[in-house]
Amino acid sequence: MKRFLVLLILCFATPVAAQTGLPPAPYADRQLDDPIQEAAARDLMEELRCLKCQSQSIADSNAPMAGDMRSQVRERIAAGETPEQVRSWLVERYGNWVSYNPPIASAVTWPLWIAPIILLLAALWLARGRFRKTKDGE
Amino acid sequence: MNRWLLWLPLVLFGIFFVAVATGLIMPKDNIIESKMVGKPMPAFELPAAIEQQPGLSSADLTKGKPTLLNIFASWCVPCIAEAPQLLALQRAGVEINAIASRDTPEDIANFLNRWGNPYTRIGTDTTSKVQLELGSSGVPETFVIDGDGIIVHQHIGDIRQEDIAKLIELLEDAG
Repeated sequence: MKRFLVLLILCFATPVAAQTGLPPAPYADRQLDDPIQEAAARDLMEELRCLKCQSQSIADSNAPMAGDMRSQVRERIAAGETPEQVRSWLVERYGNWVSYNPPIASAVTWPLWIAPIILLLAALWLARGRFRKTKDGE
Repeated sequence: MNRWLLWLPLVLFGIFFVAVATGLIMPKDNIIESKMVGKPMPAFELPAAIEQQPGLSSADLTKGKPTLLNIFASWCVPCIAEAPQLLALQRAGVEINAIASRDTPEDIANFLNRWGNPYTRIGTDTTSKVQLELGSSGVPETFVIDGDGIIVHQHIGDIRQEDIAKLIELLEDAG
């Protein structure tokens, strides 16, 4: 009995009261009722960067701010906005930085798309040289 | 031709070395500036954060006089550090309005009792909605707003002693 009581007391350890005393935003951790809208919101959340923990998407992050962003995304999509409208609403405020899907036609982000193609072409060119040499050798 | 190519690996290593060294000596700063600077204040209306003082709406920021908009929270340690500077700005005649981020009325009241209350109006933003509208990514942040409600400047982080003169200058220029 004593042991049980001790275990019961342990359930109310300090971490219970830690973090924020405030409840999360309404849709931070609650799915939308419409599964199609929820899927659209989910896909978008995977591509939005958390402002607090900058290497995580808002779908991955436990930061309160990420929860607030998830709630905003869900509320806006439930209100009929398209994912691209929600994304551009955030990009307007935080720049392309906030999106994990940067535009091709932007002065800063185009190399992200072009560099892999250039590297692949360079690799092909190098490999081509190799193949030709072995042929000549025979 | 081929003799020059011999140096290529060394040159590549040099580039690699410089890239790594600059990353170590000058780490990337992760401050995200708002793209709303230069744009009008987005429309919002926030309820009062504490009983004794009115809430804040965007209409309060277009009354012809430049103001500061401070985003703070009772759970934010640098907000304590900047409290004396905000009080000094208020004494200098600056109107400071505030948005309390993710906070409860009791905690806000305690915070203001303890560290001073330089604010004219305080709106409470429990779900960071207005903070996201402003392109703000944390607390504390302070926006300089001109009399027409155009955002002139964003100060990220706590206001230090040496920032006061610059903020007053920005407010005078905006007037």
